[in-house]
Amino acid sequence: MSGNANGYKWIGTRTIRPDGVDKVTGRAAFGADFALPGMLVGKILRSPHAHARILSIDSSKAEALPGVKAIVTSADFPEIPPSEAIKGSSPPNYRHLSQNLMAREKVLYDGHAVAAVAATSAAVASEALSLISVEYEVLPHVTDVLEAMKPDAPVLHDDLFTGGVEPKPDKPSNVAKRVEFAIGDIDAGFADADVVVERDYSTEGIHQGYIETHAVVANMGEDGQATIWCSSQGHFMVRQYTAGLLNMNIGDIKVTPAEIGGGFGGKTTVYLEPVALLLSRKSGHAIKMVMTRDEVFRATGPTSGSAMTIKIGAKKDGKITAAEADLKFFAGAFPGAPVHLGCMCGFTPYDIENVKAVGFDVVTNRPKAISYRAPGAPIAAFAIESAIDELAGKLNIEPLALREMNAAREGTRTAYGPTLGVVGFEETLEAAKTHPHFSEPLGPDQGRGIASGYWFNVGGESSASVSVNEDGSVTVTSGAPDIGGSRASLCIMAAEVFGIDIGEVRAVIGDTNATAFNRHTGGSRVTFALGMVVVNAAEDCIVQLRTAAAKIWDIDVEAVVWEEGEARPAGDNAGKFEPLSLGDLAAKTPMTGGPISSEKSSNVQGPGPAFGTHICDVEVDRETGHVKILRYTAIQDAGRAIHPGYVEGQMQGGVAQGIGWALNEEYIYGDDGRLQNPGFLDYRIPVASDLPMIDTVIVEVPNPTHPYGVRGVGEIPIIPPMAAVANAIEDAVGMRLTDLPMSPPKVLEALENGG
Amino acid sequence: MAKNHVTTTINGEPVEFLCETQQTLLDVLRDELQLTGSKEGCASGDCGACSVMVDDRLVCSCLVMGVEAEGSSIETIEGMADGENLHPLQQKFLENAALQCGICTPGFLIAAKSLLEKNPDPTETEVRYWLAGNLCRCTGYDKIIRSVLEVAAEAKGA
Amino acid sequence: MSALQYKAPTSVDEAAALLAGASGEARVLAGGTDLLVQLRAAMIAPELIVDVKHIPELTSVSVEDGVYSIGAAAASAELHENADLFAMWPGVIEAMDLVGSTQIQGRASLGGNLCNASPAADSVPAMIAASAVCVIAGPNGTREVPVEDVATGPGQTSLAKGEFVVTIRLPKKAPRTGDAYLRFIPRTEMDIAVVGVGVCLTLDEGGVCTAARVSLGAVAARALLVKDAADALIGTKCDDAAMANLDAAAQAACSPINDKRGTIEFRTKVAGVLARRATAIALERARS
Ligand SMILES: Cc1cc2nc3c(=O)[nH]c(=O)nc-3n(C[C@H](O)[C@H](O)[C@H](O)COP(=O)(O)OP(=O)(O)OC[C@H]3O[C@@H](n4cnc5c(N)ncnc54)[C@H](O)[C@@H]3O)c2cc1C
Ligand code: FES
Ligand code: FES
Repeated sequence: MSGNANGYKWIGTRTIRPDGVDKVTGRAAFGADFALPGMLVGKILRSPHAHARILSIDSSKAEALPGVKAIVTSADFPEIPPSEAIKGSSPPNYRHLSQNLMAREKVLYDGHAVAAVAATSAAVASEALSLISVEYEVLPHVTDVLEAMKPDAPVLHDDLFTGGVEPKPDKPSNVAKRVEFAIGDIDAGFADADVVVERDYSTEGIHQGYIETHAVVANMGEDGQATIWCSSQGHFMVRQYTAGLLNMNIGDIKVTPAEIGGGFGGKTTVYLEPVALLLSRKSGHAIKMVMTRDEVFRATGPTSGSAMTIKIGAKKDGKITAAEADLKFFAGAFPGAPVHLGCMCGFTPYDIENVKAVGFDVVTNRPKAISYRAPGAPIAAFAIESAIDELAGKLNIEPLALREMNAAREGTRTAYGPTLGVVGFEETLEAAKTHPHFSEPLGPDQGRGIASGYWFNVGGESSASVSVNEDGSVTVTSGAPDIGGSRASLCIMAAEVFGIDIGEVRAVIGDTNATAFNRHTGGSRVTFALGMVVVNAAEDCIVQLRTAAAKIWDIDVEAVVWEEGEARPAGDNAGKFEPLSLGDLAAKTPMTGGPISSEKSSNVQGPGPAFGTHICDVEVDRETGHVKILRYTAIQDAGRAIHPGYVEGQMQGGVAQGIGWALNEEYIYGDDGRLQNPGFLDYRIPVASDLPMIDTVIVEVPNPTHPYGVRGVGEIPIIPPMAAVANAIEDAVGMRLTDLPMSPPKVLEALENGG
Repeated sequence: MAKNHVTTTINGEPVEFLCETQQTLLDVLRDELQLTGSKEGCASGDCGACSVMVDDRLVCSCLVMGVEAEGSSIETIEGMADGENLHPLQQKFLENAALQCGICTPGFLIAAKSLLEKNPDPTETEVRYWLAGNLCRCTGYDKIIRSVLEVAAEAKGA
Repeated sequence: MSALQYKAPTSVDEAAALLAGASGEARVLAGGTDLLVQLRAAMIAPELIVDVKHIPELTSVSVEDGVYSIGAAAASAELHENADLFAMWPGVIEAMDLVGSTQIQGRASLGGNLCNASPAADSVPAMIAASAVCVIAGPNGTREVPVEDVATGPGQTSLAKGEFVVTIRLPKKAPRTGDAYLRFIPRTEMDIAVVGVGVCLTLDEGGVCTAARVSLGAVAARALLVKDAADALIGTKCDDAAMANLDAAAQAACSPINDKRGTIEFRTKVAGVLARRATAIALERARS
């Protein structure tokens, strides 16, 4: 195989992923596929109440059941005082994490863990759970964000005082914090506007919906050394959080990553691992815990729902003069809604002089929110990109043209501080405008919507090693789980640097002892940040290889070049010696100074922000409110697509998730505060027959900080779809839907009330 | 509690196992026979990750009792490749990047194979509806559907 | 823990004896697509499971003088593959074919769909519209009951202890008769019906409707046979006015609930819409 149009040998080609065969033959071991001899089954007892005080827990009957080997409750976990909640400089809040893992005085949501059992079989463990009696004092609950903000709302935490406001409140409330990002003079901006649109929007809580449920096997050795096998987005994260929660030394825990069956941000925290380890310590056996789907919905994930108000003003010619957002996100039972990220990303596609975005992080009696793909940004974008569409209508300017007029570009100042460097937003708009989809005629009750999205992307701590094996093959060992083909991308980049065949490179995800620290896989960082470290390590190996060749030829290392996978004499020596291939040099390492390898660690910066623009066509059944997605095109600046197949896959997957978010996915709570739809039957993620093919256009505006120009690609595609669908529905039937999901009853009601 | 003794054929080989009445066929495959290629995504028939063939019918193994397997012939993902040779669907999924995390892949492959055996020349709509009981959260289905259509087209051309 | 027993009898009598003789709760197992979900969720805790798929009458399809006898436990996929049956009763077979995924189709049965007694069961309104009758066996012999009299409320049936459905009989079809079933779901597959409508109608040579049955699912505690809706069609050519009357009669018959799958208003409105749409299909079939 030789080069492709971009001048590279491997970058941009569709190689077969190194872990592929195992995944199509069923051999790949995911979280639940691991087993140890003599292991016990662990299960968790969960609260049936949305909000209640735990008066007592009596597990004596369960303990007496033959086959039960250990039971733990919050009393078995170290209590983490407020003063030790934050270790080091970054999240998590260990106090909240610990309380979420196992409820202490109160249960805060339906599904909150109360106790855990280890037993000889699943059946015994289940029976033991039914024998634990918990006495609750049921308290009033609140699951809605606006209700939770009211002064008379039931308060979840009596030690939670709103942060970010002056003076500090003297009464606790459910509002954990207020954030604000602003530039310019918002009042002057609106005064300057000829046209203003203002509207309320809302979104429901939704789940990441990975198909693999959480699973772990944990073993506590008699010497206090712990081993954990689990699937997560970061085994270093699992190690760090588990150590922090159990007051252990990080070095006493080894975490081996299993293959991960989807995460989308939802596997960036721990739910089971510390519990399993404690059960193991108590029982003296290895413990396996696998969540049921019901537990996944009730106790993990979801992302925030919201109540938002958006106001945008513009001149008659389309120039936007002011934009204001008020975003209230619920965080679930503990603070941490990604509302600041929504505030940061929402207006960034546009160059606006006067911007104000205010956000509130609000606790409610729901499971604690955790990242979901571009956390916060899709929620804000639904409202803001809908408002832009409405503004275009009022100005009588074609919506894509309005975006072009106001598009952010290099040098645009964002409301959250940084000035944009080289970005490709205008390129995505141009690609949308010239795409055949954009001008295809529509039929009756059909409509087309456009929406854009922005994500800043993430770098972060990354470690990897590259070693040249004795036969000249290359092993890349990194410490960030491969969720969607990142091993393939790392292999491609290493093969490109070495100039060797892709089949000669293997990528391995090492355990926590195999590499130095890695931040978890998330924020679209792996191909970018790990890629950078792997390229650095590979380049370091090449210096070593050139040195080895120089030694063999007895010339200066500067006189040796590395080309097409071999060391060649250069300059005056050109042609004097037979080139030495990677294999030749690998075989001679005993004579040239030893094995060739390089380990690099770095806190990678400059991830390269990125934009996407989507086009969506729908057809609305006016009699039932059913919305069918007819055609969809996603356009995105990927910087450089290392493996275009997996970039397209990220885009298509993000779009599908966004369409689910737009149309049917929602957490449905009953009046009793219990989740009504904790399963895939009624939590309705898109199925194959719901969707058309999803066309993709990869725009490449290289990221100047990355050797191959990579930008993160995983988050952007979930940002525009909800607004693209809403805008398409508006185009089809003239009704603007402002509340997600736009499920048939809501669409029909809107049509009846004003269509 | 006395376990049930069950005699079956799995991927062409005679297999006997002991199981409790409560155990599903999926439990048996994964926990008793270490055939962990069939996945559990829901245990309620909604996700298709546990798809297997029982007597030439595509089913969710999470909704079949282990004891029901007596005398039946079962095919799982572990039997799909012919030794070193991947089935054309397996090969096509790799070439087309039709898997990201891969947890849904065994179920899709088993289901797609059963489709092509029944209907060697399906339309896109037929493929989508046949596979509607297999959830994938990563890919948006596009590359999966294309792979099935391409394998069908290549078989026709051959 | 009580030991769960599994039995696989090979005759109707043997099965009836097992079911009648059980000291605790006994359950028939057909395709298991409801039963296993309920077992796993600990919604039921039987002591005996009687797998009826080894009884020949329960898994076969036969036709005699135009009357189809369908084994209550026959898998839906087999019914769908039976071209003659499909051609004769497309509404019933399509309704059953809507149940779940391809995987579910490999197991799910008409008898299970009926006896699970969900108000949203898809095949039930179609069977009611088609005037289907159940043959029920029990310790005291067999009896025949119209499908509409089997479910009495969510999860409840009129079957006595030891009784089970052996076959479902579809009557000999009159000339110029067509049947159809439509349901509304939020997605395109894998949802439970928010509303379902089964229609079966017969035309005379002049195209006037002489007989009709309209049945609604998921709008009450069990599937309804709505006489007023049928009456809106009988004696008409199913023109726009008749369709409007049908729509109104269907809506009037609804007494649904608000739940995670739909609101009262939505279900009521859409019941009328689907009644019209299903009638249009049945009409096409009756004419051709
Ligand atoms: C993912 C999924 C999707 C589904 N989608 C739908 C859908 O779209 N529409 C729909 O209507 N249903 C749906 N269902 C429910 C189910 O598949 C159907 O009700 C199916 O027809 C049940 O048939 P079965 O043979 O599997 O019944 P089983 O589970 O074997 O039995 C169901 C009940 O009926 C009893 N029973 C079974 N046979 C007899 C008999 N002959 N005599 C007396 N009692 C008997 C059993 O004891 C049990 O209580 C779905 C289920 C799943 C898991
Ligand atoms: S595990 Fe069987 S369908 Fe999901
Ligand atoms: S590839 Fe991850 S669920 Fe399908």
